[in-house]
Amino acid sequence: MSPALLVFFLVGTVAVAASILVVAMRNPVHSALFLLLTFLCVAVLFVMKGAEFVGAVQVLVYAGGIMVLFLFVVMLINVRHLPDERVLSNFWKGGFAVGLAVFILFVTLVRPGVYHDPVSSDKALRSTYTYRHRKVKQPNGTVVRKLIRRGKVVGNSEAVGMSLYTDYLVPFEVASLFLLVAMIGAIVIGKRELSAIEEENVPAYMLERVETEHEVKEAMRA
Amino acid sequence: MPDAIPSTEAYLMLSGTLFAVGLVGVIIRRNMITVLMAVELMMNAVNINLVAFSHRFASLEGQIFTIFIITVAAGEAAVGLAIIIQLYRLKSSINVDDARSLNG
Repeated sequence: MSPALLVFFLVGTVAVAASILVVAMRNPVHSALFLLLTFLCVAVLFVMKGAEFVGAVQVLVYAGGIMVLFLFVVMLINVRHLPDERVLSNFWKGGFAVGLAVFILFVTLVRPGVYHDPVSSDKALRSTYTYRHRKVKQPNGTVVRKLIRRGKVVGNSEAVGMSLYTDYLVPFEVASLFLLVAMIGAIVIGKRELSAIEEENVPAYMLERVETEHEVKEAMRA
Repeated sequence: MPDAIPSTEAYLMLSGTLFAVGLVGVIIRRNMITVLMAVELMMNAVNINLVAFSHRFASLEGQIFTIFIITVAAGEAAVGLAIIIQLYRLKSSINVDDARSLNG
């Protein structure tokens, strides 16, 4: 067994175990930490398949950004006050059945030896291509302009960047617009409503907070 | 033979397992934050598939799509967590079963 296969089985086992623990843990903080472990293992798997840039983005965005967001929300919502006697929903048997069915479907669909992996095709993931016209002299004397593609092995990040800014420029801009819309939407949705105090169905904790503020103000005044 | 990286089938099996675990988590858990984490897990499984096939077919498109999926996952997490916070302010609970009424 080669070292790469050994690393793959080790990291894959850790990833699967951590993902199961994400689902199984009662405390959302523990779930989030195991999710972080899963993301790091998946980043290692990306790097093993020649996707260094995607692995780095995985670590930066998922493990750095999204996990911090999850942990912030878990700590903002005080989980200790929630009743946690029941973790599973009412139809957990059906959920396990569906999961098992999907797992069996995937494992039987993927049969070994179907895809015939090429020996070493890593070069195409690390090269950029330039196009230029060149005049080619034909045997009968005429000169024809031909489009010539020239590949150059640079590195995965440069290749991905080149592809992202040339072939996928419009989706890239759409993605930036999407992020702007998501940011504005998150701000608008998550904004605290100031007029909620006047409404009738105010949550209990908000009333308590208002009362506490009044008491503090009166104590300060006194 | 230092070049023997794991095959595409091994990656597909692993990603199928992660996807099934995420699906089970989405269905069986009541905590909304954990459900959102399970959705992220499923997206990661799809990303593994895309990267494995990008290597198999020696083209960069799979990696580009993976980057876009990560972008969408980031936006989805932000908006979903904002919705969860607002729901917690409204209902004082983050159980999925308590979020049945559409009129708030």
